[in-house]
Amino acid sequence: MSAISASEKVDGFTRKSMRKAQKQRKSQGSSQYRTQSAPVELSPLPQLKDAPSTEQQELFTKKLQQCCMLFDFLDSVMDLKSKEIKRATLNELVDYVSTNRGVLVESTYPEITNMICTNIFRTLPPSDNPDFDPEEDEPTLEASWPHVQLVYEFLLRFLENPDFQPSIAKRHIDQKFVLQLLELFDSEDPRERDFLKTILHRIYGKFLGLRAFIRKQINNIFLRFIYETEHFNGVAELLEILGSIINGFALPLKAEHKQFLMKVLIPLHTAKGLALFHAQLAYCVVQFLEKDPTLTEPVIRGLLKFWPKTCSQKEVMFLGEIEEILDVIEPTQFKKIQEPLFKQISKCVANPHFQVAERALYFWNNEYILSLIEENIDKVLPIMFGSLYRISKEHWNPTIVALVYNVLKTLMEMNCTLFDELTSSYKADRQQEKKKEQERDELWKKLDELRLSNTNLFQNNSRGLPCVQNNNNNNNNNNNSNNDNQDKSAEAAAVATDNKDPEVKDPDVSVAASESTPCAK
Amino acid sequence: MNVKVAILSIQLRLNSIKKLSTIALALGVERTRTELLPFLTDTIYDEDEVLLALAEQLGNFTMLVGGPEYVHCLLPPLESLATVEETVVRDKAVESLRKISQEHSPVDLEVHFEPLVKRLASGDWFTSRTSACGLFSVCYPRVSSTVKAEIRQHFRTLCSDDTPMVRRAAASKLGEFAKVLELDYVKSDIISLFTALASDEQDSVRLLAVEACVSIATLLPQEDLETLVMPTLRQAAEDKSWRVRYMVADKFSELQKAVGPEITKNDLVPAFQNLLKDCEAEVRAAAANKVKEFCENLPEDNREQIIMTHILPCVKELVSDTNQHVKSALASVIMGLSTILGKDNTIEHLLPLFLAQLKDECPEVRLNIISNLDCVNEVIGIRQLSQSLLPAIVELAEDAKWRVRLAIIEYMPLLAGQLGVEFFDEKLNTLCMAWLIDHVYAIREAATCNLMKLVEKFGAEWAQNTIVPKVLGMANDPNYLHRMTTLFCINALSEACGQDITTKQMLPVVLKMSNDQVANVRFNVAKSLQKIGPVLDSNALQTEVKPVLEKLATDTDMDVKYFAQEAISVLALA
Repeated sequence: MSAISASEKVDGFTRKSMRKAQKQRKSQGSSQYRTQSAPVELSPLPQLKDAPSTEQQELFTKKLQQCCMLFDFLDSVMDLKSKEIKRATLNELVDYVSTNRGVLVESTYPEITNMICTNIFRTLPPSDNPDFDPEEDEPTLEASWPHVQLVYEFLLRFLENPDFQPSIAKRHIDQKFVLQLLELFDSEDPRERDFLKTILHRIYGKFLGLRAFIRKQINNIFLRFIYETEHFNGVAELLEILGSIINGFALPLKAEHKQFLMKVLIPLHTAKGLALFHAQLAYCVVQFLEKDPTLTEPVIRGLLKFWPKTCSQKEVMFLGEIEEILDVIEPTQFKKIQEPLFKQISKCVANPHFQVAERALYFWNNEYILSLIEENIDKVLPIMFGSLYRISKEHWNPTIVALVYNVLKTLMEMNCTLFDELTSSYKADRQQEKKKEQERDELWKKLDELRLSNTNLFQNNSRGLPCVQNNNNNNNNNNNSNNDNQDKSAEAAAVATDNKDPEVKDPDVSVAASESTPCAK
Repeated sequence: MNVKVAILSIQLRLNSIKKLSTIALALGVERTRTELLPFLTDTIYDEDEVLLALAEQLGNFTMLVGGPEYVHCLLPPLESLATVEETVVRDKAVESLRKISQEHSPVDLEVHFEPLVKRLASGDWFTSRTSACGLFSVCYPRVSSTVKAEIRQHFRTLCSDDTPMVRRAAASKLGEFAKVLELDYVKSDIISLFTALASDEQDSVRLLAVEACVSIATLLPQEDLETLVMPTLRQAAEDKSWRVRYMVADKFSELQKAVGPEITKNDLVPAFQNLLKDCEAEVRAAAANKVKEFCENLPEDNREQIIMTHILPCVKELVSDTNQHVKSALASVIMGLSTILGKDNTIEHLLPLFLAQLKDECPEVRLNIISNLDCVNEVIGIRQLSQSLLPAIVELAEDAKWRVRLAIIEYMPLLAGQLGVEFFDEKLNTLCMAWLIDHVYAIREAATCNLMKLVEKFGAEWAQNTIVPKVLGMANDPNYLHRMTTLFCINALSEACGQDITTKQMLPVVLKMSNDQVANVRFNVAKSLQKIGPVLDSNALQTEVKPVLEKLATDTDMDVKYFAQEAISVLALA
């Protein structure tokens, strides 16, 4: 047995990089569940260019049929000769459809699509690495790529051939074909997804009858990705296609498209792997807003609803997207959204993670945004002032502090009087806040005192309603001692409301009561 | 009025929603119905977390709105919740709806509940239709036959919905719905839906039909299975998508029970062989997991023959599979075959496989074999294996991954019991002691616990002769961590060893260690004394333990002081 170093013995978790290095071979996967029997050896056919033109068509068909034979690429030494023949034939076919005119006669369409379907449509293999992280891990590459690549290439040339006739092809390139094509976007192999992207784009362009279907299926893939599996490798590619599709939407936008924006694209922001497709996603969103500016308000509200709570990296992405949106926003739309938006920005500016704070502060380098802020300075400044003033004194990162000073200076120049007012009232405001806090605490103490009478009330009630008693028992069982406190105060609050306690009558005060959650404990 | 109190900051809203029953109780049933519920129905645009809590709470609200008579008041808020996008919220809302459906009277069910199901089933957005799928089966048994016909129609429609999400939801409820249907309708309606879903264009739908297959097959009389279910099942077992085949493998035992012995013999045995030889490792692993259960449930009359001629050859191949998950799945069940096949077959056919797996390069495979030794022990006795067992154990005991070492330690008491005390002393004792000085605390801790279990098994006398001297010897180790291990061992062993050994051999060592220069050792002395105190007699406590603890209570280190004082008060020596 090999000697094990002490450090290795202590740390069972070898570093990811080390594990990767150990895994010497490039991982490759391929799934061809074969109903067909073992491949027969292929024998080379004569070259197309050498055949007399009368026989070319027949030979072309024969070659297409020959290429329907599938080979096992996980075993690299098996059927070497036949594999090579198929590769050469595929190359020749690619060449044939891209350079010759008049080769796509109607009778070849079924043969062509059959060859394509047989080769590329397959169930993707299970991922080699069950916890595959697309941001970190090397993707598993398609083992049969030497052949599959050429088939994709062929499909592309076929679609791009000047003689290609969608009216004939639509009998073969139909909904089922598209559906299978879309499923392949889940391939881990980026080379494959790249081909698929171009091909789907061509199909979308040439087959008008399939457009609605394609959009709908992409819709389904995204919804499944968001709400069911959280796993799909081709989101970025599909979004890229959508970006140019959206660009071509006619105005006014159909309800279907708006629904897609609000119910699919916006929730897509919640995905764990957002970083992998955020650029494409933001592009799509901005495309929509350029088409129809009235969507700005719902979109920004949607983004605010899904604003990341713990992931700083995502927050930076969201801020980037907001800036892209603000770049194209109309001033009237800006007014509609400025308050909730700047409340969020003010939180970001004060974020302890300097990248988040920095990204938010960069907004003030944007001329257009500055002009919007200036126009609405009386609304924006009061929202921003507290955070900016506080972090100018408190933020740990000197770069942020410097940036904040610049921002404060810019804002001051915009409206000097308001700025001075806010500065002078800042201290008073904080004192008031402190006072309010104290009041809350006292209120809570009072509510706690109410607890006893509350318990009595409870017992009385529960005698009448045995079922509820059960309920409470369940609740109590679920709560650990830490939560106990919470329960009591919540009960107290509830009872207090019922008792019409004079203290709680004032809605503001009751709000305060509920806000000072005993969670802090 | 102050109902709104609840709805402010998120964290707070979450807390208030979780305490919604308390608020409702305080408001009384009347105001809960007229104020709280309308308010909740209006405010459903919240954070998903809050909505989830709300959906859950409303399922337990029947008494709070005034009992079954008024339970339909809960439907509007739950209906809105059943249409939100977030799956967990929706599922919870459906769960609560299912719960309260039982509290509806038959009349209310038709007047209030069933219309809601219909509305959901014909909703525009896929979410409501998905939710509807889960509600058919709860109301079907309790409504009139006209409504029943409508419900069946709705279910049929959803099974061929445009959206795969809805078809998935329908497919996953197919079995459940079949159970509440009259047998005639199962045959006429369900089978056609089942067949259609099982050949859906999306594999995610097809695989759910496999699950439904189990329930449907259980419902049908044996003579109908062949024509109604088997064609679909055969097709699923050879589906071109590995996910569907995986599902078949995963549900194999259930399927086997559902279709009965005859079909098992004719159809499932070859299907199972194919799954064991599948081209995807995932499928092979799932099938390998079922090997034992499948064999166990074979009809007894020719069970042995089927296993020997059909299953065992596949199993033999799996032992040298290229994928470690497959091998490890097999290793976790293969030992179970020995009880089924009996002594002779085990020795002749299975033993070589066990031995091969014990030498496997993957530690998990070896561990799985070792952890199931008891099955073999019953049939052929462990001695047959002991020659190969030892190197395997030793290698695992020194594995670089501490989790592997930890796992093997946990099997030690079991192994010791089966191998007997002599074999243990001779071969394994040194290993057990070596773990006490492992680099990883978790291993040292497990090793300590292991010693206790061994003493429980082999008795105090054995402990006194074999392990106590070694443990006590570590008290003089230059490494303070090892000295502490002595204390931990004493904590664990004192009770099992009894008063005599504890007082005469262990106590002096502990007391001596109270002078250790490392504070951690000293406060652990205090802790140990507290722990072993109850085992000692009062004389020893008063004359030996008390002075030492009193001295430690004046230690310069505050932790030492603290634990010494604690020990004094717990042992009532003050």
